[in-house]
Amino acid sequence: MLITVTLNGKKQQSDVEPDMLLIDFVRAHGCLSVKRGCETSNCGLCTVFLDDKPVLSCSVLAARADGKSVTTLEGLQEEASEFAEFVADQGAEQCGFCNPGFVMNVIAMLRENPDPSEEEIKEYLAGNLCRCSGYEGQLRGILNFLDMRRRRDQI
Amino acid sequence: MFSAANYIKVKSLEEAWQLNQKRSNKIIGGMLWMKMGKGRIQTAIDLSGLELDRIEETDEYFKIGCMATLRMIETHPELNRYTSGAVREAVKNIVGVQFRNLATVGGSIFGRYGFSDVLTVLMAADSSVELYKRGIIPLREFAEMKYDNDILVSVIVRKTPARFSYMSVRNSKTDFPVLTCAAARYENELILSVGARPSRAKAVSVPEELANKMMNEDTAAEIGRYAASQLSFGSNLRASGAYRRHLTEVLVKRACMKLAENGEEEKSCL
Amino acid sequence: MKTVNKGVRKKDAMQLLTGKPVYTNDLAPAECLIVKLLRSPHANAVIEDINTDIAMKVKGIEAIYTWRDIPEGQMRFTCAGQTYPEPSPYDRLILDKHVRFVGDVVAIVAGENEKCVDKAISLIKVKYKVLTPLLDFTLAKDNEILVHPEDNWESLCPVGADNKRNLCAHDESSSGDIDKTLSECDIVIDRTYHTKAVQQTMMETFRTFCTIDMYGRLNVVSSTQIVFHCRRIIANALGIPKTMVRVSKPRIGGGFGAKQTSISEIYPAFVTWHTKKPSKILFSREESMTASTPRHEMQLHVRLGAMRDGRIRGIDLYTLSNTGAYGEHGPTTVGLSGHKSIPLYGSAESFRFISDVVYTNRMSAGAYRGYGATQGLFAVESAVNELAAELGMDPIALRELNITREGEVMPAYYSQMNTSCALDRCLERVKRMINWDEKYPCRDMGNGKVRSVGMAMAMQGSGISGVDVGSATLRLNETGFYTLNIGAADMGTGCDTILAQIAAEVLECDIEDINVYGADTDVSPYDSGSYASSTTYVTGKATEMCALELRSRICELGASMLGVERDKAEFDGRAVFVSDEPEKRVELFDIATASMCGNNIALAVTKTHSSEISPPPFMVGAAEVEIDKETGEIEVVDYYAAVDCGTTINPNLARVQAEGGILQGIGMALTENITYNENGRVLENSLMQYKIPTRVDIGHIHVEFESSYENEGPFGAKSIGEVVINTPPPAIADAVYNAVGKRFYELPITPEQIANAENKFE
Repeated sequence: MLITVTLNGKKQQSDVEPDMLLIDFVRAHGCLSVKRGCETSNCGLCTVFLDDKPVLSCSVLAARADGKSVTTLEGLQEEASEFAEFVADQGAEQCGFCNPGFVMNVIAMLRENPDPSEEEIKEYLAGNLCRCSGYEGQLRGILNFLDMRRRRDQI
Repeated sequence: MFSAANYIKVKSLEEAWQLNQKRSNKIIGGMLWMKMGKGRIQTAIDLSGLELDRIEETDEYFKIGCMATLRMIETHPELNRYTSGAVREAVKNIVGVQFRNLATVGGSIFGRYGFSDVLTVLMAADSSVELYKRGIIPLREFAEMKYDNDILVSVIVRKTPARFSYMSVRNSKTDFPVLTCAAARYENELILSVGARPSRAKAVSVPEELANKMMNEDTAAEIGRYAASQLSFGSNLRASGAYRRHLTEVLVKRACMKLAENGEEEKSCL
Repeated sequence: MKTVNKGVRKKDAMQLLTGKPVYTNDLAPAECLIVKLLRSPHANAVIEDINTDIAMKVKGIEAIYTWRDIPEGQMRFTCAGQTYPEPSPYDRLILDKHVRFVGDVVAIVAGENEKCVDKAISLIKVKYKVLTPLLDFTLAKDNEILVHPEDNWESLCPVGADNKRNLCAHDESSSGDIDKTLSECDIVIDRTYHTKAVQQTMMETFRTFCTIDMYGRLNVVSSTQIVFHCRRIIANALGIPKTMVRVSKPRIGGGFGAKQTSISEIYPAFVTWHTKKPSKILFSREESMTASTPRHEMQLHVRLGAMRDGRIRGIDLYTLSNTGAYGEHGPTTVGLSGHKSIPLYGSAESFRFISDVVYTNRMSAGAYRGYGATQGLFAVESAVNELAAELGMDPIALRELNITREGEVMPAYYSQMNTSCALDRCLERVKRMINWDEKYPCRDMGNGKVRSVGMAMAMQGSGISGVDVGSATLRLNETGFYTLNIGAADMGTGCDTILAQIAAEVLECDIEDINVYGADTDVSPYDSGSYASSTTYVTGKATEMCALELRSRICELGASMLGVERDKAEFDGRAVFVSDEPEKRVELFDIATASMCGNNIALAVTKTHSSEISPPPFMVGAAEVEIDKETGEIEVVDYYAAVDCGTTINPNLARVQAEGGILQGIGMALTENITYNENGRVLENSLMQYKIPTRVDIGHIHVEFESSYENEGPFGAKSIGEVVINTPPPAIADAVYNAVGKRFYELPITPEQIANAENKFE
């Protein structure tokens, strides 16, 4: 079936199988940042934005993205890099496999709630599993980033 | 993951209903539970083009479209104001934001899953489901019905004056619940809803003499014991029936105390 | 020091964080055949007949292989990534007629796409002769059901293995007369502990792709910690010469030991070798959870003897380890349960450690961070905590009386000298960090909740002494930048960066001036691989030695350019100059240029290192938990740890290693459960059922370092990767005891069990 999806700002028409998952669709279109970590919608590795909302691309049919916009980390490189520097400064990226989903969801969180509390951060990121870092370094990275933004905004 | 030979984004509920009469066709809601299956579906029926992903509010009720997501009810200010935050409390532990942006209220309620926080909390409220063919049916009745080929169009939560509280116990924070418990104090009734026993949520109406006793630890505990006596419990991977029975006593007690606290707060606001 | 002991960014950090395609499946050619496996639904069965005719007719299917495709007389092999001759028995075939656990491989199917392969798998008809499975590991030894009855089963090392007794290994070691010592003790804690086969659960499941290269050789690209061992395993499995196999690894999405066993490589290797077409396999999460190599389940019987004054006099440990259907890492993991727990107590005058490793019809076990030490430390540290309670002593004070100290001989650690040890300082530090005296044992929070604390110590090794080999090759390139080539595997841990830091320190250059490449069997110098906490200590030392030698060569070429003797010149990282006349200098840029024109001095060095000792890193951890006494819900509010890993080469990465390891340990203590149904099928087969800690399951983890200085390590470093997982299970178990007064001898400790201890509903 034919679908029209605006992928990372570029509108394109594609022929997809009715049961193709969005994760497979975006990977087939070169968005290899999107990773699969489970089959049970638990890990958050495959997080993409569907019309600006973070969703699990492993749990959406590509057909459902017809007429919508889909954003992956490939389409958010600048925004991601600015934040990612702060995680890199903690060494909390570790193996990196969960990083794209995590970074995507942090971006989603900050768009919804530009100045979240620690509790709000934890709650928003509950669905992003990471087996390497113990989450503590990720949190330090986020808090340092927010701190930088606050100081920058004061100037 | 299931396989599907066709996908149809229907133009009307009638079209969806017609397609859904065939056993090999399936309506896809949020797809999160369905995706776990490995079966073959002839036609996947998608309702997402029918503008059912809305929460409509009137003076009398909230009408939650079947395609409204759990995240929508979690963040809906009025619905949460009416339920004393119980709706948010019920869904906030479900996996993660990205999951709740997909999971639908219709899917959760139509599935009548044993583990459902959503069913538990909405069952304590004055809720009904709107079925395409059968019309409006109280949620507590719907929960007992057999699965059929009708279509759940919306869930209606009437704004009957009440106070709510919600509690659950989970082995880890975002896991399926080991037990869910909602309590609602109406003018003349105290309703408890207990789910994940592990069977699906069931409502218990507390007898008047008990419900109207002065609320304190002892009364709350008594209500807890009463609720546990009215329900059946079973074991699964996550917990034993005995633990669930114990938790029912504890959570019902706490939920009742919370109701009383919420009541005090309201009074002090006046 | 300029680069060492600095928290520099990982060299690949920004690439990883911005989602660049650097993992196995991102790099696999699009035309790869998809390889999937038909797995056994039975725990013990013999394949009587297998019919693939209909399956082969599915459009797009390239090949289906069954046990009939394995040549008769094919040697068995092990998938364990260990130095040859491997202690793990040779007990596997790629495809065997006898399947030994639910999930054992019955057929390999390769086709154009996933759909056709799935369809073909569903059409393969198998007739099994179902045998009674041996599921209870406590009954396995000398059971009449034999997991490996076959005659070509082989054990290459004297580890006490005997397949006709279901024994994968047996060992005994002791010092002093333990029975006499215990009989003289005032108190003997005599307990049995049980730990389960918890999963590494790295986010990237097992995956491999294979191609045939321009020389007709098999080119294997895999998410592995052990490229060199993989080459041997694949060649053994396929029965082809090792010269025909090349293995390399791209970025790895986590390993934790899981990828120290060759789990996925042999299947696409077999397909590509036979079809000469590229192929790839991606394990599903379910396969990773049910047909991999998790931690060895162990039952540990501890007898701990002490005097009333708190002096620990003897430790007697018997460990029964369940290796499952195959013996990967069976003989070696069990050793650590005693050798990395008993030596913590330097005061003990005698010890005995006996172990049996048995086969069962369950999923095979393997290497997981901690490698047996985790299980042993849960038992021994729990027993010591129980001893403290029995004696009415503070558990930290009890440790202070008994711990091993620097300069002492450790009889239970192969009588090795304790060459570097800040365990005493770690105890003090953690006591201060958590504010122990105020919080021990428990405080009522007044809302039905209590907060309690518990602590434990841990040690590990730094590489396998006398076995592990690390190597580094350093080369000076034009304009003066370096290439560091290694066979160690950065699996997210950051060893590419850490080794570059060591080289940069010696060569007095910026870390940006060093490019790192690894690991590739065709290119990298030999390295055992990244496991056994070896990379920083063993390969790090090789890197230091390598950089020193290259420094000397640079000096030599510079001196000749300056026309002076080698010993009259020095190198400061930027230029070689004459010692007495520093203004006479030749820049590194010019030396690099000169090295490529009319030069006979190789500015490329390879150094290899192996250590005769394995200096233990030490650690103390303490948990503060909040428990709801009615519901049994438990939360680790704060976890405090002080770690002695010697010099921290990169404090940021060491800290994150510790934080991550601690949370894995917390998962093992509280939520990660493994249960089987009566047919031997694992029930926790997904991330939905197997609960690793999420962001909201942990409060805060606080890590500080108390460094000793290890003379044998690079710049004083020891290891960090594994020791960090060991303290949470015993520390949390004791915190639970301090809250509800019940001791737990099995993991995980669930809310139901805690609630039952308090409320007795069962």
